[in-house]
Amino acid sequence: MDGSWLLAKKQSALRLRAKILQELRNFFMARGYLETETPCLIPAPAPEFHIDTMICHGWFLHPSPELCMKRLLAAGYDNIFQICRCFRQNERGSHHLPEFTMLEWYRRDADYRDLMEECEDMILHLAAALGHGGAVSYQGQVIRLQKPWERITVKAAFEKYAALSVEEALRGDCFDEVLTAQVEPNLGKGQPTFLYDYPLDLGSLARAKKEDASVVERFELYMAGMELANAFTELTDADAQRRRFVNEEDKRRRAGKPPYPVPEPFLESLRDLEESAGIALGLDRLVMIFADALHIDDVVAFPPETL
Amino acid sequence: MYAASDLRKNLRIKIDNEPYILTEFNFVKPGKGQALYRCKLKNMISGAQFERTFRSVDVFEPADLQEKKMQFLYEQDGKYCFMDNENYEQILFTADQVGDARNYLIENMEAEVLLFEDRPLGVSLSNFVDLVVTKADPWARGDSVSGNTKPVTVETGYILQVPPFIEEGEKIRVDTRTGEYLTRVKD
Repeated sequence: MDGSWLLAKKQSALRLRAKILQELRNFFMARGYLETETPCLIPAPAPEFHIDTMICHGWFLHPSPELCMKRLLAAGYDNIFQICRCFRQNERGSHHLPEFTMLEWYRRDADYRDLMEECEDMILHLAAALGHGGAVSYQGQVIRLQKPWERITVKAAFEKYAALSVEEALRGDCFDEVLTAQVEPNLGKGQPTFLYDYPLDLGSLARAKKEDASVVERFELYMAGMELANAFTELTDADAQRRRFVNEEDKRRRAGKPPYPVPEPFLESLRDLEESAGIALGLDRLVMIFADALHIDDVVAFPPETL
Repeated sequence: MYAASDLRKNLRIKIDNEPYILTEFNFVKPGKGQALYRCKLKNMISGAQFERTFRSVDVFEPADLQEKKMQFLYEQDGKYCFMDNENYEQILFTADQVGDARNYLIENMEAEVLLFEDRPLGVSLSNFVDLVVTKADPWARGDSVSGNTKPVTVETGYILQVPPFIEEGEKIRVDTRTGEYLTRVKD
């Protein structure tokens, strides 16, 4: 028992994690979603400047199952979800593991607003199944879950919480610094928050908003200042997607990052993709909320340093 | 040189020719944004602290400090005396300079002391030390639920949480980096 002390301490969190996994599957299956499995090892990931993949025998461990899931979606699998391990190099902190668990789901004939509502329903379902009622308590703060949750645009959130406007932060090349230091700590307090409508450059697979082409239809879900999920109305224009990939790949190569092949089958499949929306949620962080855990290590059995 | 991805708590780097230690370290990364390394740095000479956020392209020079194996002799009036085992020279450290290591120091223990141009800066111990429990509530039999803890005091006066079956007089292994109990040691 002595040698297993650190693992034994996690038992209640790991049991809660198993229950959450089961309840998520119940939720999606009851809504007619199909559970899918796509390969972890892929020949060409989506080029995103700030996501570094791990290379394995000349292929790549997927940083998310996005490309294969969208190919399924384009082939007529209308509502699909997946719970899988994803891999990102050099991401390690109290909210980051280089190997982590993603819950990703896609819906046809839907946009990002529909996914906001589905997030509300999903987390309310979990809260009820876990005996929380209409609120969850995290690190001493109560987060009420009654619908609708707070919705605030990136522009409005910067105006409300930051010393700079979005435009000033982008011009000064400090969007990420201002977002994380001044804006994020205020989000998801009292109730969850959807931060939505991101500047065009900050959503490489998202569709531009019809009413305002300077932003993309993207949102992030926050609870207690912690980012839980990222969602898009999907970009279905294959040519526009190719241009954005070329642009990102160009930035990656100029920064000396390893080149990625173009994911041709994915770009090809976009021609058949109808209006749809998709979302990726960090499952470990969701478990942190319900387990009232401060560190991601508290909700996984084996953080890499313990192996 | 260190890359930003090498940054971690307790790493020592040089800025403007002075040694700094990272007293707090946080990796932050917005979903589609860049990796940020939010650090609290402490000047190891003056003790002055400040916060700084670095990006993944930043690089850092290691602080070139001398490390010496010394033996801890005694503590008196808040001063901690260490002896150089090669030339028997003794150096006095303040409680501040010893830092958290004072929770685990017992007489004759070997320690690695840190000097910057012969000035004492800090003390580091091996990652694991074995300490005798000097005060513990008895184990209530039946209280065997995994994950339960109780506080005990060890021979240095340090108090920590351990599993309920640990009893007075037993020796336990403590991780000096986290201050946490690891396992029971049988002599």
